[in-house]
Amino acid sequence: MGDIRVGGRNNVVLAGRDDKPVMMLANGFGCDQNMWRLIVPGLAGDYRVVLFDHVGSGGSELPAWRADRYATLDGYTDDIVALCHELGLRQVVLVAHSVSAMMAVLAAIREPELFSKLILIGPSPRYIDDAGYRGGFSQADIDDLLGSLDSNYLGWSAAMAPVIMGNPERPALSDELANSFCRTDPEIARAFARTTFLSDNRSDLHQVTVPTLILQCSQDVIAPPEVGVYVQAQIPGSTLVTLPATGHCPHLSAPEVTLAAIRSFAAADGGGQHG
Amino acid sequence: MDSTANGPVSGGPGAGAGPGPGAETGPGAGTDQTTFSSLLEDSAEDLYENAPCGYLSTLLDGQIARINTTLLTWLGYRRDQLVGRRYLSDLLTVGGRIYYETHLAPLVSMQGEVRGVALDLQAADGARLPVLITSVVKTDASGEPILVRTTVFDARDRRAYERELLRARQEAEGERARLQQLVATLQQSLLPPALPVVPGLDAAAHYQIASADEVGGDFYDLFPLSQDRWGVALGDVCGKGAHAATVTSLIRYTLRTAAVYDASPSAVLGTLNAALHQRYARDDRSFCTAIFGVLTPDGEGFTLALARGGHAAPLIMRADGTAGHVSVPGGPLIGVWDDAAFTTTTIRLGAGDTLLLFTDGLADARTGIAGDSGRYGEEALHAFARDLAPATAAAAISAMTALLEDLAGGLDDDTAILALGVPPASR
Repeated sequence: MGDIRVGGRNNVVLAGRDDKPVMMLANGFGCDQNMWRLIVPGLAGDYRVVLFDHVGSGGSELPAWRADRYATLDGYTDDIVALCHELGLRQVVLVAHSVSAMMAVLAAIREPELFSKLILIGPSPRYIDDAGYRGGFSQADIDDLLGSLDSNYLGWSAAMAPVIMGNPERPALSDELANSFCRTDPEIARAFARTTFLSDNRSDLHQVTVPTLILQCSQDVIAPPEVGVYVQAQIPGSTLVTLPATGHCPHLSAPEVTLAAIRSFAAADGGGQHG
Repeated sequence: MDSTANGPVSGGPGAGAGPGPGAETGPGAGTDQTTFSSLLEDSAEDLYENAPCGYLSTLLDGQIARINTTLLTWLGYRRDQLVGRRYLSDLLTVGGRIYYETHLAPLVSMQGEVRGVALDLQAADGARLPVLITSVVKTDASGEPILVRTTVFDARDRRAYERELLRARQEAEGERARLQQLVATLQQSLLPPALPVVPGLDAAAHYQIASADEVGGDFYDLFPLSQDRWGVALGDVCGKGAHAATVTSLIRYTLRTAAVYDASPSAVLGTLNAALHQRYARDDRSFCTAIFGVLTPDGEGFTLALARGGHAAPLIMRADGTAGHVSVPGGPLIGVWDDAAFTTTTIRLGAGDTLLLFTDGLADARTGIAGDSGRYGEEALHAFARDLAPATAAAAISAMTALLEDLAGGLDDDTAILALGVPPASR
């Protein structure tokens, strides 16, 4: 409808109404801002919704991707903070999925005045098990993943090729599909997987001062329920809501309950209360 | 469920007349049709269960609702171990599970299908089975998704083939890196590692290689001949690659040696011509363009004796802001003729003057602008120098480097630029 394509390095798209509070949606490892398509319509009436793609994915400017800059979550965090400044956003409700949740945590620690609330969907501060901590994956699991990515980039590009080439049976969709979604340069995908699955942000969580909601799926192999409990215990005053949803993307698999949880927490006065 | 939906063959008798799957209507249709019907009698279930590919139906959350015998056999599970109890992602390796959750499940849910995705399944005994899967969402009458159907193809052969391709590609990439390293090293050996300090003269150079895979044929040099004389050379060898590199090496050392024995640039080029002509007289004829000069201090500036063969005249940017070609009589291409004559001209470089020597890569760069030639051209270069003048050697090289970057996409040939300037008097 009235979506405004700002574009730029992060392919910013503005939806909703410009006289409403700002809600920024940050997607995680995998696809791009299309991941939010099922819940954006339910937010557009009450928020200025800011969508973007991480550099290296979706419609972002691929030449802006540099291995050194995006080798840690800091590079991505810099982008989120810079976007808020460039767009003049204040009091942002930052909804962040998967690995973006830790970028949101880092951004909110760095410039807490930019954000009014954080809503973290399936966050995990560390994917690999550690002494006294269960992240859901062993070091060997992650080595296996990274090893298979390193050795199998033909496989990854082949896996994505049918998507890149579009969808002959539904030509109306194919242009949109061909240009977006999970299209990933295999080299960038490997680097992003490394950045994501080797990150450890456990010691950052307690520094968050912005009111925070954690949305946990009842069954999620990427971020298991005990990780959600851990994040809630570490972020002072945070709230944990478990969604009756399977998988790592409740905004796709259970959009109604996800939307309701986001709206409820975002609309509540102040923060820290159960939403 | 409704696996009969994929049963065009169940319409067996009579279907042979249709345009589609009629390949089986062989000779003697009468008896064969009966035979076919009896053979295909219980086909729907059998086609599903014992299909040559794995077949799997999952609920929208990935829970396994139905699985065919073929896939159960491949995986080594019993039906009751999986149906209603396990999820598709449980059948994947850890890497595959992450990929599934972050890429495939979202894609299926956003676009209703994914096709030909490479994954590894994990069998009950832990063995890995490389497969290609295609998933399609099945919707109910009102268009609401109700389940996901997935076909699973054994991709062991294809994976082995891909691994072989990958190995070949990695090998090729390694070879290419090695080649580029070799080219870079060889190229460096043909150019001065750093320009020597000539008292009272600013010198700067730029070398742009058009391809990292081949040694370029352009060269330049600045070297001492005696206490107060310096030789300066710049040129372009025909061709590229290893052969051009050996010729360039010969040229470089011939010029350096010849200049020690003979003070006149025209004589130096004559010696080079003889050396090239003699060395490459027969089948592998090689020639070059070159400009050679001898610099001698002269009060505030320098006297420069110059000769050229087959090479464009240099540009000079004067202290007063004018610029133009230096009129050096053009000699023949070097190495072509048995007996070639060159002419020496002497010019003076005063305070604030800068001389630009360059090869034709710059003038020949494609501009992408539709024009009479589509090339950057001598005239444009002349105008560029006019706009630039007066300029120090360093400023001239940095302006030319920027120009080359602008033209980079259109640069077909290597480019060497050497600037020699006398610092302005006011300093």
